[in-house]
Amino acid sequence: MNPSTRAAWLFLAPALSAITVFFFLPVIVAFVMSLTDFDIYSLADISKARFVGVNNYWNLLHDALFWKALRNTTYFVVVGVPLSIATSLGAAILLNNRFLKFKSLFRLAYFTPVVTTLVAVAVVWRYIYHPRFGLMNYWLGLFGVNPIDWLGDPVWAMPALIILAVWKNFGYNMIIFIAGLQSIPDELYEAAHIDGAGKWQQFRNITIPMLAPTTLFVGIITVIGYFQFFAEPYVMTQGGPLNSTLSIVLLMYQEGFRWWRMGYSSSIAFVLFFIVFVITLIQLKVQKSRVV
Amino acid sequence: MTLLFIGGCSTSRDQSGTIEFWAVGAEGEHIRKLIPEFERRNPGIKVRIQTIPWTAAHEKLLTAYAGNSMPDMYQLGNTWIPEFVALDAILELDSLVKASETIGETNYFPGIWATNIIDGKLYGIPWYVDTRVLFYRRDLLAQVGYPEAPQTWDELLDASRRLVREKKATYGILLPVNEWAGPVILGIQAGSSLLRDNNCYGNFSGAEFRRAFDYFLQFYRERLCPLGMSQVSNIYQGFAEGFYAMLITGPWNIGEFLYRLPEDVRGNLATAVLPAPEAGQPAFSLAGGSSLVVSKKSRKKNAVWKLIEYLSEAGTQIRFYDLTRDLPAVREAWEDSVLVNNRYVAAFHEQLQMVKATPKVPEWEQIALKVQQYTESAAYGELSPEQALRKLDRNVDQILEKRRWLLSRTEE
Repeated sequence: MNPSTRAAWLFLAPALSAITVFFFLPVIVAFVMSLTDFDIYSLADISKARFVGVNNYWNLLHDALFWKALRNTTYFVVVGVPLSIATSLGAAILLNNRFLKFKSLFRLAYFTPVVTTLVAVAVVWRYIYHPRFGLMNYWLGLFGVNPIDWLGDPVWAMPALIILAVWKNFGYNMIIFIAGLQSIPDELYEAAHIDGAGKWQQFRNITIPMLAPTTLFVGIITVIGYFQFFAEPYVMTQGGPLNSTLSIVLLMYQEGFRWWRMGYSSSIAFVLFFIVFVITLIQLKVQKSRVV
Repeated sequence: MTLLFIGGCSTSRDQSGTIEFWAVGAEGEHIRKLIPEFERRNPGIKVRIQTIPWTAAHEKLLTAYAGNSMPDMYQLGNTWIPEFVALDAILELDSLVKASETIGETNYFPGIWATNIIDGKLYGIPWYVDTRVLFYRRDLLAQVGYPEAPQTWDELLDASRRLVREKKATYGILLPVNEWAGPVILGIQAGSSLLRDNNCYGNFSGAEFRRAFDYFLQFYRERLCPLGMSQVSNIYQGFAEGFYAMLITGPWNIGEFLYRLPEDVRGNLATAVLPAPEAGQPAFSLAGGSSLVVSKKSRKKNAVWKLIEYLSEAGTQIRFYDLTRDLPAVREAWEDSVLVNNRYVAAFHEQLQMVKATPKVPEWEQIALKVQQYTESAAYGELSPEQALRKLDRNVDQILEKRRWLLSRTEE
């Protein structure tokens, strides 16, 4: 090993050891645990844990609750991610308008939900969604819509949480989109304008392609984040009614920390990891081939 | 190096005579006021109380156990005791009770005391008790021909139907589907053991539970009970407005109702023992409440036991009732005028003579949650009652698989 390589390793050592101890090691332990039936009995006496091979994974595939959680999470991602990205992009374009006044005020207002703690937000939203006295039903009532039991109706609970999540998170992506928009040179729009392109054509043929790298980044981050859907149902519905808002991470939390079925819970974690990993790979492939 | 550190740590802990006591919810706040008297009587013993919220208590205690940082004593909901016994986390108390002048089995309600006994050994001392009774609007029920509370299942159903039919209330009764207590109480009343074969398999498809389950669902089929829980996010307002006229709940709600109900409705609040399946049969309710337990690893077991004895004196129990309105576990305390003169509490006293414990297996909480989930599915009409109960049994059998394995291992 030559001196400079050694120096490099030396400098890397603190970070590497931290990553090993706090990341790789727990991941390996969790994987081993996912092959056992480690539970509350084993906590007291490790000899009461059995090595069960892929049994946890097998049971998981036959657990109706897991499939329900997977369906719910997929629903949340499929509806929530496009909605969230569209909202962010829309807000970013509006805020990027040259003629808009009080830009920083609006930016602040839209970004505030991102940094507010969800627990506080949840209290307010529970009032908004209240079936008898809520603001949401009041507004809908103005259009003659009958009151909806937002959080109590299995059909509406998930849309309610999606609206909440989009409202809570779009500010973050909006900031990234604004940065992306500002890096598009004005000359392109001027040239297009001279060539007679309308606003919509400019948007489709300049803004969208120029934003592609930003969109890729935002898309991946949002999908990963939305797959880890947890805090909203945890504080708003606890997964109910009828498990209609039970997400994979919430299921994992319940199995792990409520029932202390750590083996089973770990296997859920690995299945989720695998799903997110595959989807991210697909996303990279598809979007890269389009970008290049 | 590490050893030295640990050693140093524990000795310093040992010398300070501080008892670490974890209490849950509002009890944790109020108990502080009773501690100065104890510390005055026992110089050299200090008590440090940590309050944990109910919603996080179970997780926090298990995490503390896993992290080897259990307090010296703690409050446990009495349905959690089997779990902590399985963990070998709590001390068996039989010899201490035998030697004690303050604490003895006869001072307690038998049904409640029994929840603390696992495999013939005592692990907890009841601290306060709770059970569920019927709360009802006397005015509304009188208008439909029930000057007294319904006594039987048939009467309860009939009263609910009349309340709705005669438009005295939007719904007859509130039987929430986000709790397991409703179906489980009815099941116990109908004589179901809930589990069978030494608590190794679910017994929910059995005839007794089936009967209770059908009865429970009848209230949903006839829309005598609101379905979506968030419709009644404020149960007090719902009761005041006549949204429903009856509910089954516990002692913690006496104070809440009296505090929140408007003047004119308050006078019409009444409590009664639960209706029985048939006239003349006992109407069991749940043996609830919290117990005090001692950590097996505690180094201050004597001091801890002194504190438990102090908290179990009738005088302390009454002061505790004054502070929290938690019903005293010690029967002598019930003779105090504060309790005797409270007309809402009388029903609880009567009900506490008829309480039964849920099956004493560590998996009970998991099983209870499954009961709630399948009841909800059936109430929403997603599953037929037979399907729901069959699936419930299958799920419960799966949860109990480990228990069967452990039992078969000890037999060998």
